[in-house]
Amino acid sequence: MELIQLTPWDLSIAAMLVLLLAGLSFHLRLGIEKRLLIAALRTAVQLSLLGLVLKVIFAQSNPITIGLLTLFMLLVASYEVMNRQQRRYQGFWGMGVGVLSMFLSSFSVTLLALLVILQVDPWYAPQYLIPLLGMMLGNTMTGVALSLDSLNQNAWQQRASIEARLMLGHDWQTAIAEIRRNALRTGLIPILNAMAAAGVVSIPGMMTGQILAGSPPLEAAKYQILILFLVSASIGLGSMTAIWVGSKHLFDERQRLRLDRLTKPKR
Amino acid sequence: MSRLSLCNLQVQQLLPINLEIPAGHCITLSGPSGCGKTRLLRAIADLDPHQGEVWLNGIAQREIPAPQWRRRVGYLPAESAWWRERVGDHFLNPDSKLFEMLGFTLEWLEREVSRLSTGERQRLALLRLLGNEPEVLLLDEPTANLDQANARRVEQLISDYRQMRQVAVIWVTHSDQQHKNNSTHHYCFKDDKLELHAWS
Repeated sequence: MELIQLTPWDLSIAAMLVLLLAGLSFHLRLGIEKRLLIAALRTAVQLSLLGLVLKVIFAQSNPITIGLLTLFMLLVASYEVMNRQQRRYQGFWGMGVGVLSMFLSSFSVTLLALLVILQVDPWYAPQYLIPLLGMMLGNTMTGVALSLDSLNQNAWQQRASIEARLMLGHDWQTAIAEIRRNALRTGLIPILNAMAAAGVVSIPGMMTGQILAGSPPLEAAKYQILILFLVSASIGLGSMTAIWVGSKHLFDERQRLRLDRLTKPKR
Repeated sequence: MSRLSLCNLQVQQLLPINLEIPAGHCITLSGPSGCGKTRLLRAIADLDPHQGEVWLNGIAQREIPAPQWRRRVGYLPAESAWWRERVGDHFLNPDSKLFEMLGFTLEWLEREVSRLSTGERQRLALLRLLGNEPEVLLLDEPTANLDQANARRVEQLISDYRQMRQVAVIWVTHSDQQHKNNSTHHYCFKDDKLELHAWS
């Protein structure tokens, strides 16, 4: 089976469905037609650009350009993590926690996959590196964002209990232990759900893509299992790092609870 | 035998405070709300960043690890907080004698914190603090939500503990009677300054 090439005409048919939906929204006064059209346009532009960029990068296979692209991906992911927090860390730490935790988790898991499991040659071959890293970062970003949000919200809401424990001579790690555990659980719930539902309720996007591209279903399944395992490891590692670094930053060297290091929520 | 010294301690808008509380002595503090009484106690317990120094028996605060400092310099806030459901989960070695002095029995350990009244929580918080055997007591209106009988019990317990262990006590209160009954000196915040108040 060969990959069926999509023509502009094919995409236009799908686009007309979106236009139809926008028309319906206008007719029913749902008020989302503008946002829908902008979102659809963004999808088209962003993905076409990505396709173009990847085409160039795949052709060159230059380690420096590839490195720059991964750095860009990391920064965008960290920005997203920061943006999803109700209460962020002030200053450098706002982005810093995300950059550090996702660099340590997503990059090392991707490296492990490239060097040990897939044994790609050269290891930085962009056809493998970029999509793998993208999947790690995209999922880890969600986990880290959920974990940090839970950590800081709960620390804020339960500040009286945390301080009560400090007053009684508990060290900071004991005082925030339960909040940390909850934060990690919160961060891991989406991937737990995804793994439990995989293949029964949902067919993961990558497997769908491989099957459409003509891979034997069993091969596609093996790849999907590999990816889900790697993604869960990356989320776990990333969330744990973020929670560790983040909760430590909520206390100072005299183990005082320093919620002044968080920003006030917008709204 | 513990002596507490404040050396140029500075909190908020207040002028630097120099104060020495000998072992076994109690001073009371008063002043309008928002004048910095609670801030001062929090600084002594090292819960807020602050300027100046606090010494315990000639050893500086920063030379003692923070958790150890807070066990030795016990701070009782005006409102107690609890982190578990059961009262007993907050006590390591509950002392039945102390419980009885405040009108409780050890059976109270089985109760749920959410079902206690504010006053019961306040008294239990004092017992929880004394379980650490602190050498200094910082009390922020410890009898504010108590009826007279219970307020007297609390005063008696603190007085006994102070004399038996020779601990230094700082007591924030608005009641004149408490100033006279419990303390050797009474200080009052006036225009950002801590002033020694003469008995009238």
